Amino acid sequence: MHDFTPISGFAGGALIGLAAALLMLLTGRIAGVTGIVGGLLQPDTADRGWRIAFIAGLIAAPLIAALFGAPLPRPEMNASLVVIAIAGLLVGFGTRMGNGCTSGHGVCGFARLSGRSIVATFIFMTAAIATVAIARHVIGG
Amino acid sequence: MPVLASFICGLIFGAGLLISGMTDPQKVLGFLDLFGAWDATLAFVMAGAVAVTASGFAIARRRAAPTFSARFLWPDRNDIDAPLVGGAILFGIGWGLAGICPGPALVNLAGLSLPIVVFVVAMLAGMIGQNLLGKNLWRPRTMAPRAAETASLPSRADG
Repeated sequence: MHDFTPISGFAGGALIGLAAALLMLLTGRIAGVTGIVGGLLQPDTADRGWRIAFIAGLIAAPLIAALFGAPLPRPEMNASLVVIAIAGLLVGFGTRMGNGCTSGHGVCGFARLSGRSIVATFIFMTAAIATVAIARHVIGG
Repeated sequence: MPVLASFICGLIFGAGLLISGMTDPQKVLGFLDLFGAWDATLAFVMAGAVAVTASGFAIARRRAAPTFSARFLWPDRNDIDAPLVGGAILFGIGWGLAGICPGPALVNLAGLSLPIVVFVVAMLAGMIGQNLLGKNLWRPRTMAPRAAETASLPSRADG
């Protein structure tokens, strides 16, 4: 159903990398979405401005694309709302507990060759692959 | 200036997620479905992202300070502990169930579709829950003073 798109994938990935590199070079921060959002949700965080600005940038990207005719992202999600809510809870709780997600551990951590991040990325990829295998080929199949 | 720079970085990051296909949960699940019709695109996304990030970080390592702030806040932890492993497992299960991780969840929020709103609200609740419970669950009492001492250092977080 979905085609293999290595060129747009690599180009989009390079833009993600450019953003992570610029955030470090300009503000000295790691572009980890979990850390940025999670810090905002803690009462004792002093540096809120840059966090809100980064999140606003993420949400503004598709809105600006829409001005040029792109459709707003309304992704196809087949799971029931209950499963989606459980997934959201697990993603939120797990990324905070493990101190990072695909951006902080996966992109920035790998770029720093951080042992912690490489281990975390290997574990969450494995858990996600196992979950999809069970959902699609054991239960769904 | 740091706030404007951060907004522009968020914008570029969001554009990258959109162009790469990471904001489409079906595409992400296609990558995670190793035992089905596997779509390897996300490996290329990661390769592009890591290559450019590593180049930028190499430039940053040679500089004394970032352009708009006092110092680079490099993560400084190397230990592999139970919360890292447990958190990664829980996150992986959630990612596999929905095909959405935190960055794409926020980009998709712009479309305000019901499943995404439900996902983001639940994700924020999970983060708040972990913020509240995490310290008591995972840090022994005896370590509490040390944890409090270092908690103010933002560089303790990985990402």
